[in-house]
Amino acid sequence: MREKSDSIFYNVDWFTVGIYLVLIIMGWMNIYSAVYDDVKSNIFDLSRLESKQMIFIFVSMALAFSILVIDASFFTATAYILFSGIILLNIAVRFLGTDIRGSHSWFKFGSLSLQPAEFAKWATGLAIAKYLSGVGKQDWLTKLAVTLGFIALPVFVIVVLQNETGCALVFAAFIVVMYREGIIPGIILVFGILVAIAVVVGLKYPNHLAIFSLILLVIGGIRLLLVRRTTKQILFTFGIVAVFSSMYLVSGKVMEKLPEHQTGRIKSWLGLPVSRQMEDRFGYNTKQSMIAIGSGGWSGKGYLQGTQTKFRFVPEQETDFIFCTVGEEWGFVGTSVVIILYLVLIMRLIIMSERQRSDFTRIYGYGVAAVFFIHLVVNIGMTIGLLPVIGIPLPFFSYGGSSLISFTILLFIFVKLDSQRLLVLR
Amino acid sequence: MNPGARRYILIAFAGIVALLYILRLFYVQVVDDQYKLSAQNQAFLYVTDYPPRGNVFDRNGKLLVINQVAYDLMVVPRDMKGCDTVGLCKILNITRADFDAKLIKFSGSLKEASKDYRTYIFEGQMLPELNARIQERLYKFTGFYVQARTVRKYNYPVAAHLLGYVGEVSQGIVDTSSYYKSGDYIGKSGIEKSYEEALRGKKGVQIKMRDVHNNIKGSYKNGLYDTASVRGSDLVCTLDAELQLLGEKLMQNKKGGIAAIDPSTGEILALITSPTYDPNLFVGRDFSKNYTILHDDSIGIPLLNRASQSYYPPGSTFKLMDALIGQQEGVLTPTTLYPCHSGFTLNKGMPGCHAHGSPLNLDGAISQSCNSYFSWVFKTIMDNPKFHGNTQAAFENWRKYILSFGAGQKLGSDLPFEMKGNIPTVETYNGIFGKGWHTMNVISLGIGQAELGLTPLQMCNVVCSIANRGYFYTPHVIRKVGNGNPLEKWDLKHYTLVTNREYYESVISGMANVLITGTARASAVQGIDICGKTGTAQNPHGDNHSVFVCFAPRVNPKICVAVLVENAGQGAWWGAPIATLLVEQYLKGKITDPSRLIIEKRMEESDLIHMDPKIKKTNPAFWE
Repeated sequence: MREKSDSIFYNVDWFTVGIYLVLIIMGWMNIYSAVYDDVKSNIFDLSRLESKQMIFIFVSMALAFSILVIDASFFTATAYILFSGIILLNIAVRFLGTDIRGSHSWFKFGSLSLQPAEFAKWATGLAIAKYLSGVGKQDWLTKLAVTLGFIALPVFVIVVLQNETGCALVFAAFIVVMYREGIIPGIILVFGILVAIAVVVGLKYPNHLAIFSLILLVIGGIRLLLVRRTTKQILFTFGIVAVFSSMYLVSGKVMEKLPEHQTGRIKSWLGLPVSRQMEDRFGYNTKQSMIAIGSGGWSGKGYLQGTQTKFRFVPEQETDFIFCTVGEEWGFVGTSVVIILYLVLIMRLIIMSERQRSDFTRIYGYGVAAVFFIHLVVNIGMTIGLLPVIGIPLPFFSYGGSSLISFTILLFIFVKLDSQRLLVLR
Repeated sequence: MNPGARRYILIAFAGIVALLYILRLFYVQVVDDQYKLSAQNQAFLYVTDYPPRGNVFDRNGKLLVINQVAYDLMVVPRDMKGCDTVGLCKILNITRADFDAKLIKFSGSLKEASKDYRTYIFEGQMLPELNARIQERLYKFTGFYVQARTVRKYNYPVAAHLLGYVGEVSQGIVDTSSYYKSGDYIGKSGIEKSYEEALRGKKGVQIKMRDVHNNIKGSYKNGLYDTASVRGSDLVCTLDAELQLLGEKLMQNKKGGIAAIDPSTGEILALITSPTYDPNLFVGRDFSKNYTILHDDSIGIPLLNRASQSYYPPGSTFKLMDALIGQQEGVLTPTTLYPCHSGFTLNKGMPGCHAHGSPLNLDGAISQSCNSYFSWVFKTIMDNPKFHGNTQAAFENWRKYILSFGAGQKLGSDLPFEMKGNIPTVETYNGIFGKGWHTMNVISLGIGQAELGLTPLQMCNVVCSIANRGYFYTPHVIRKVGNGNPLEKWDLKHYTLVTNREYYESVISGMANVLITGTARASAVQGIDICGKTGTAQNPHGDNHSVFVCFAPRVNPKICVAVLVENAGQGAWWGAPIATLLVEQYLKGKITDPSRLIIEKRMEESDLIHMDPKIKKTNPAFWE
């Protein structure tokens, strides 16, 4: 008679697996609807996206099963090897890959294509977990320098060189991991957020430097009234004001230096004056996406009844803009349910991370939660006009084998690691 | 801070971001309506389902107006981006400049056109063959679509003015109406206009869905929100198509107007104006061209409906009213005799008169149309002792009688065009003669001259009052709308101020004699006792107008006719034969008597506008 603990499903967090399955099913239904065409629909026609996605789902599930079969120590042991392999793939694709609309991130094998940058997400998570869990007592600057210098930044640069800036931004997720591990102080994150605000304000209202600086000076002055006015404090305060003011000042000039499509997306996001052609090229996506979502109303137009998505007003509607289908057909009820499901998943992942004895698992778990979070925020934010258009997928919803499979791997490595939480893994 | 506690900050952060996103979605999806409207504009195409207009039948159930299919090429200028303009110009056989000119005409300028979301008829009323060629490549003509429409077809090329025509609705109406959209059709004149609401039916709407390439992708929710169009109601009009046809034939190459009414109901049997035009000219692509030609004809003025829009001095036909008023006022009896010496001796022989026996009683004066007699009658009405020499008061009294016959006012028919005519007032003459004017100043009113003006329709209405012995029904052309009952509003009798039946009988007796021994005896019809009165109306525009009014039969009259032929001489020459031919046609169904057929032919073929003046001044009854 077999021990209970011998089962590959022993201690698997079924709650997480359940949310995963729900999201996968909802995702497939939405892809089916996004490409739905009442004349031709045939689920067994393998040239159709919903059929391909179904295959990707089966492949993903098989992979998830395989991961559960493998012993968790495999991932701790091979973290660097896996990471190096994926990095090599990512470098290779820059030179050997197929050029798709200016992006050099795809390997094409017949009708299948593979985007190694997607796989870099979990590989990076593994590598960072491996490093941070094994490094022992080091000062935080060293940890930060190594994590960034040897793991995060190289991946970021390689992916940017593939012309996948949006995808590269995802690696910022690991900042959260480092914050949780105490490597990055909270004040730096706050500072980073404030800098981002200064940049956005600078872009949006470029001609009000005096007012902007004045407000900063007033805030700085109030701060100085509240603390002991040592020379250090005074210099620090004015230093901060100077930094924010210069951010404000240079933001516009930096933006103009960006590639045209990025400048255009940022400008149309901020509602800055652009030429008619620019608006048509870069404002169109957001406009159509908001029309689709906004027209869904309270409870949506009904499954398969979306007009804006079905009639292809929304570009990229089965991939990056798949959330439009949710918004149009399921309405506010549908979009809230999806966001809440993700939030529950992310919170569950944080709770699971915190229950680990193994540092490796905890660090990796935070990486998973952060990667899902940033995808959620950037993807949905872009479809509802809160963020500029940044082309990254909505996990489990967007069409595409690479993203679905790599998100599954990302999640199930953690589910496997978690299932062996009673062992201390290195 | 203990790093382990940072989990709470992270969880809170994720929760706050999620909440912000949900709030944003609530605003975009539930609160703000602009996206729903944009979605509708983009993805929905509201296709109007135009119902066929109602048909128009004549009184005998003959179809006068029916529908035929035509196709309008519609354009929404703003949506034209990417249109294969060259290809479209080629099919329509126009130049690029013509194409742009049309857009400029619609929107003001090409720049405005690129923003103009209104719908225009780019090419109206195309035939099926042209439509087929456009349909083939319509997918390339972004911003354009084809709308199948029904246009009118007139089975009888008659009664153009009365039936009216249908045309594109004007911008003024579009701006003020909630029903009409630019590009719609609307009744522009005649009964098409006055019965527009019944004829047009109710437009339906089909909500179609279209994709980003403007391809139609079926009905929204399988047509749940579509509304069906309601067919326009048929109208049964009171015209007799054959009578109208004959009237227009008899009046060709003449100017003038004819009204024929059934006095027992007020139904207009025929309303003829000449020159006229084929109503089919106002259908189809050539409408503008044809309209301009007719509109610019300042001599014939074919767009004018002379039967109800022109007023003429009634001439001697007016004497009938004097005869009635005189009796009612007690200053005239059928046996009253007055002398005539080729003129009215009391006023230096004016007005003059023709040779006939003298003195005459009322009957003879009517049948011989004695000017002196009716000058006497008018004088006695005006100098009636009951007014103690107050000519103006007597005149006002006389005028009230005249108005009670429907003269000098709009009758309130369902014709959208009706002139008041003119019955002068005390003020009119105060202005001309000063306040102290007397009977002799206005003596020619007694014989239907001076400032008097009646439309042929009003003349006919006076005859109806006489035929009915004291009342008339408001003349009208529509008696039934759709499957409804005959309209009740036409059942109201309007009584004249001459109330005694006897007075009418004495006048009618004179009218009967007009066709037996009197001025129109040459127009008598075997077997029909027609009562009539000739008129020869002097006017400032040339030769006398030939006027004739009549009704028949004498007992239980079925038809009243008033004919006015401009500048055609004596009433007996043209008015009487034409009127009696119409009576004969209506009461007998056709004209059979060979002698009458000769007259019919003569009337039909005479070109009074280009006739030798010497021949014109003779009675056609005695032509060889």
